Amino acid sequence: MADLRTSIGKLELANPVMTASGTFGYGTEFADFVDLDRLGGVIVKGTTLHHREGNPYPRMAETPSGMLNAVGLQNKGVEYFCEQIYPTIKDYKTNMIVNVSGSAIEDYVATAERINALEAIPAIELNISCPNVKQGGMAFGVTAKGAAEVVSAVRKVYDKTLIVKLSPNVTDITEIARAAESAGADSVSLINTLLGMAIDAERRCPILSTVTGGMSGPAVKPIALRMVWQVAKAVQIPVVGLGGITNATDAIEFLLAGASAIEVGTANFMDPAVTGKIVDGINDYLDRHGFASVRDIIGALEI
Amino acid sequence: MKKYILDLTIRQTVAIGKQCVLLRLTADEQLPEMFPGQFVEVRVDHTPSVMLRRPISIHYYNKETNELGLLVQLVGDGTRWMATLKEGDMLNLVLPLGNGFTLPEDPSVRPLLIGGGVGVAPLLYLGMKLKEMGITPTFLLGSRTENELMQVQEFEKVGPVYITTENGAVGEQGYVTQHSVLTREQFSQVYTCGPKPMMVAVARWAKAADVPCEVSLENKMACGVGACLCCVEDTKEGNVCVCKEGPVFSIEKLSWQI
Repeated sequence: MADLRTSIGKLELANPVMTASGTFGYGTEFADFVDLDRLGGVIVKGTTLHHREGNPYPRMAETPSGMLNAVGLQNKGVEYFCEQIYPTIKDYKTNMIVNVSGSAIEDYVATAERINALEAIPAIELNISCPNVKQGGMAFGVTAKGAAEVVSAVRKVYDKTLIVKLSPNVTDITEIARAAESAGADSVSLINTLLGMAIDAERRCPILSTVTGGMSGPAVKPIALRMVWQVAKAVQIPVVGLGGITNATDAIEFLLAGASAIEVGTANFMDPAVTGKIVDGINDYLDRHGFASVRDIIGALEI
Repeated sequence: MKKYILDLTIRQTVAIGKQCVLLRLTADEQLPEMFPGQFVEVRVDHTPSVMLRRPISIHYYNKETNELGLLVQLVGDGTRWMATLKEGDMLNLVLPLGNGFTLPEDPSVRPLLIGGGVGVAPLLYLGMKLKEMGITPTFLLGSRTENELMQVQEFEKVGPVYITTENGAVGEQGYVTQHSVLTREQFSQVYTCGPKPMMVAVARWAKAADVPCEVSLENKMACGVGACLCCVEDTKEGNVCVCKEGPVFSIEKLSWQI
């Protein structure tokens, strides 16, 4: 049994496997399939200051080895989260991390401040990269200046671990990552979904109500892996890798590329028990290769 | 209800007309309790174009024979792969999912079960459960032509069956909402599943007739457990997940223009 412990700044994880926001609900939806306490962390659904209805149906289109979504941050707002959801998840031993989204800096700040007060939430993932909201987070995430502004503002009110989730829909993701780092982020996670589109040729209309949506799934993995590798070289803070991770081998590839932890997203829909299997698979790999700790393979890519 | 991920064994794959198959599934262990209107999510293997599981409603579950029946319409690569499965093959399912139909508390209720196309699937199990409770279900099944009618003999074992076809080849000609049984007989509960235009027409009829009505929706799903928020339906309480809060809804809750 290898030592699977890793860390994101001061946040200690039992192992590198977390769940990606928006694919795992509040964790409890998957409790019949996975022992949540065996995971390094659960990143819960994107939370905004106010209630959001999200986009109209249809919000999803399947694509070869992937899918597009246009959910649009449907959630009941941070107050509902604190009052109704938090009590049901606070006693899990895993790291419960809240994904914080918004469309204005003041909203991000107010939401982060509210969550800062919750004892059992040791970190937030600041979503500056959602492609599905008008003037949404992505506006901040596509320029270094925008990213720096929102991260600095949140940093002032949030004193626990601050992870910033980056958009891949940019010319140079390392530039945004460095801006987040300079503005006080403890970590960056990447990639959020890639902007895509699907058309129903028979009806000559878009499949998604929003026309475009965010692409995820195994098809995006090579792009995500490349970006994680680039960002890991560009910043000093730990990187959390995600994008198309479906099994332990995928997860190990991200660790080798420089990620200190990983998130599993769309694969939860294919196999609701996959996260537990990835934890076991990483351990098997470490034993098989004679590594005592998962830290030994982080960034261990040989070129 | 606890949910399971199970490998089930195919007992038999039966062609039902040209467009459907019936998968008869079993397992060594006793299958968990399942209710009418609930569904399973089927993992599709060896098909690169199909990544997501396919939601399929429970056609029947027989506790004594430990058999689960899935009526599958062949619409794409995933369902066509399911049709190639043979006796002894394995199929990976997540089950049971969703809420299911509300079973009546009053034994004197007169339920009418209206199905169209492959939407008849969940109504067989619902009819069986009602019959077990001492309630006789009446079925009204609609299709375009005689070729899309499915499992009529199975429905006839459970209760009286009325049929409409749009070409008039079997039963009365027209749509389900035009069948004469709706005016001849009094019903006190309607359950329906089928194409959306049909369900909307049924809901409209039921509302006008002041009969409580439940519809089973088929919105496109990803996770099946209420996590991804892809399959939402607009209701009077806002967008809700069909996979978790449904697939069965009272028409009173929906925002349909009826």
